[in-house]
Amino acid sequence: MGNGTSIGRVRGLGSAKSGTHHWLLQRFTAIGNLLLVLWLAVSIQLLPDLSYPTVSEWLATPVPAVAMALLVVSTFWHARLGMQVMIEDYVHEHANKFACIAALNLAAFAGAAFGVFCVIRLALGATA
Amino acid sequence: MANAGTRNRPLSPHLQIWRWGPHMFVSIMHRVTGNGLALAGLGVLLWWLGALASGPAAYETFAWAMTTPLGYIVLVGISWAFFTHMMSGLRHFVLDIGAGYELKANKTWSILTQVLGVLLTAAFWALLLLR
Repeated sequence: MGNGTSIGRVRGLGSAKSGTHHWLLQRFTAIGNLLLVLWLAVSIQLLPDLSYPTVSEWLATPVPAVAMALLVVSTFWHARLGMQVMIEDYVHEHANKFACIAALNLAAFAGAAFGVFCVIRLALGATA
Repeated sequence: MANAGTRNRPLSPHLQIWRWGPHMFVSIMHRVTGNGLALAGLGVLLWWLGALASGPAAYETFAWAMTTPLGYIVLVGISWAFFTHMMSGLRHFVLDIGAGYELKANKTWSILTQVLGVLLTAAFWALLLLR
């Protein structure tokens, strides 16, 4: 942080310290979520029923499988970014904030990995 | 003296200082629905995918849980949170490009995001249950 120009005096302040990259990623993943969750909502409407055979056969075909894997990655990424902002706003003590964000990262990666793995398992026919 | 300036800096006034407007409600709802979706929405999504990947018995348990009254409340809640978050998120995109800050337009669209969120939820469930 400098003390020359006005932008130099404010850079690095605020609860998050920096954020342009975070802000952009939040938008990129939001666009992904918009497309993919609407795809899921329309798919749920178009499936003849929501029984196990119908849904598992549908999700095992290539395009729905890829879309669902992308949906999992995009939504977990977006959720991770959004919850980070909430933590930065409400958890003020530095060590607690660090612990919360570390836990958030673990949960987000674990959740996304589990979701993608389930889709791959279905798509590759492990339960067929 | 970089640090001397950063301590005791004036904080922006908190919520109770301002006269209430719909945009404040939308901002709060965006955070509430977003974090609700992150916790409950993604949880149910993982349960659904996990049940599908585990086989018919696990899917049966999931389907049973989601068709109990509590299950329906959770699913309707998640869908409402999604559509509301989607509408206020789209509003964010408009605000990001520098549009929609005029008082009247801002108020109108703030209210509309919430109304459209509820209407889309109702339409989604009507289509699903009445087909």
